[in-house]
This record gives sequence, C-alpha cells and structure tokens, in this order.
Amino acid sequence: MEELIEKLKVQIIEQLNLEDMEPEDIDAEESLFGEGLGLDSIDALELIVLLEKEYGIKIQNPKEGQKIFFSIKTIAEFIKENQK
Amino acid sequence: MNKLTIKRYCHIKNNRIYVDGELMYAYKKAEGLRAFAKSVYRYLKPSYNRFFKMDEISKLGFLAAEVLLSDFGKSTYYDEDVSIILSNSHSTLITDQEHQLTVDDYDNFFPSPSVFVYTLPNIMIGEISIRHKFKGENTFFIVENFNAELITNHINSLFLTQKSKAFVGGWINQSESDYEAFMYVVSADGSIPHNTIEISRLYKLIS
Repeated sequence: MEELIEKLKVQIIEQLNLEDMEPEDIDAEESLFGEGLGLDSIDALELIVLLEKEYGIKIQNPKEGQKIFFSIKTIAEFIKENQK
Repeated sequence: MNKLTIKRYCHIKNNRIYVDGELMYAYKKAEGLRAFAKSVYRYLKPSYNRFFKMDEISKLGFLAAEVLLSDFGKSTYYDEDVSIILSNSHSTLITDQEHQLTVDDYDNFFPSPSVFVYTLPNIMIGEISIRHKFKGENTFFIVENFNAELITNHINSLFLTQKSKAFVGGWINQSESDYEAFMYVVSADGSIPHNTIEISRLYKLIS
C-alpha cells in the first residue's frame, strides 16, 4: 500500500501540474479538495482519467467520487479493491 | 467626459519583457515559451499556483497582465468598470493540437480535461479577470495581424456608451515557431493619446 501511495503522489503531481510540490509535501490522509491540497473540479476530472488510464479502473457511480477522491490514501484503497 | 489615454504598455517577445519601451527582463536561454514563462514566474513571484495549470498562451497573457497592472490602481475602479479586449491570429492552436493528440488514437483515447478547457482564447481573458477581479466587457478577436484600429474602435465604443472606464487591450499570440504579447492599459490618467497612430507606433517600437 505504501508503494502505491508514493506512486500516486508522483502521478498526481505530474498530472495536475502541481509544480511547486514534492511527494513528501503531500500528507496521504490530507483532504485533496477544499482546504487541503486545494484541488478544483477540473482536477477531479483529471483524477478520473488518471484512474482509467493508469490503473484501468472506471468509476461506475459518479456519486462515489467524493468518497474515493477524499485523499491519496482513499484513492489507493479504492485501487487495491478494484484493480483486476 | 474625460479623454482616454494609454497609461502603460508592455511587449513580450524573443524571451524579453519590455515595459514602456524599456527592457525589464531577459531570459538568456534559447528555449521556448514554456521555459520562458516559468522563468518569468520565478522572477515576478506572484504566488499564484493556478498559473501552473494554465496552457502556454494563457501563461503569456497572465504574465503580461502581471507586469502591466502592477501599478494599475484597481481600487479606484468598480470591478465592472474594467474591460479586456485582446486579439491574435492563431487562437489557441498549440493547445488545440495538444488536445487533438489525446483523441487521435481510438485505442489510447484519454482526452485531458485540463487541456481541453483551454481550447478557447477567451479563457485567457477569464484567467486575467479572475486574477485582477475585472468584471467588465471582454472580447477576443481573431485577426491576421495586430490591428490597432479594430481594438481602438471597440474600446472607444465601450467608453462612449459608458460600459467601462478602463481597458486592457492587446495582442497575445502563439504559433508553432514564435510567441508575442503586446498589452496596454487605457484609462483617463495616462500621458499618451489613445489613438491608432500612437498604438501602432508603440507596437512597432520593439521589432
């Protein structure tokens, strides 16, 4: 799980152009949206694309997005549960 | 009614920034717009993380506005009193091509939402408006070359009909081989007359 979390941090920094940020700056349990990392709705769409492109996982129910993308840790848990 | 004047102007091309005709910043490496924009951001230090999410042409427009509007005196205007009128010849062609690459291959079809949202030149106006809290009129013209008359007439029309009191006008273009930003502030408290001849003269100062 730790390895996946570190990989996700690097992928998210690259995919979302978080140029001034290093993986160690991101707390895996910190909220990605709002007051946490401050991501926006376009970033949320990029995360959906990232899951599909890099892990082959499609989010079937958009209502689940808020829970899945709460933090790096929740994304990693979702990948572990759903990757074939 | 006061007469309009040009208060300040800037020109960005060939990895150099000129403000009111004077060289303000030069990037010595022979790299493209992406690297140049990053170096200018580091130099200006606007602390605006949204910058890194923009496409290259929006970054160019954003940086021109940062330089140009540093002493604008926004607090003397209502948000609705400042309008932006920009133009170029290539629209967002470079970003359009970047988006196209993500949808060309049916078996690798992953369009990027953050690229797609910048495939319109008026998004650049939106970025500048968000940054500087401008809520006036905004227009982006696509024309073959910088056309001082077109922009001047549009600004005069907005001023005479009392839609706005201050304006940002200009030309922000990016092609496959080059880029250029020429941007100016029009208001009642400048020193250069606001007319086509003066704007064309200022544009040609930096060749």
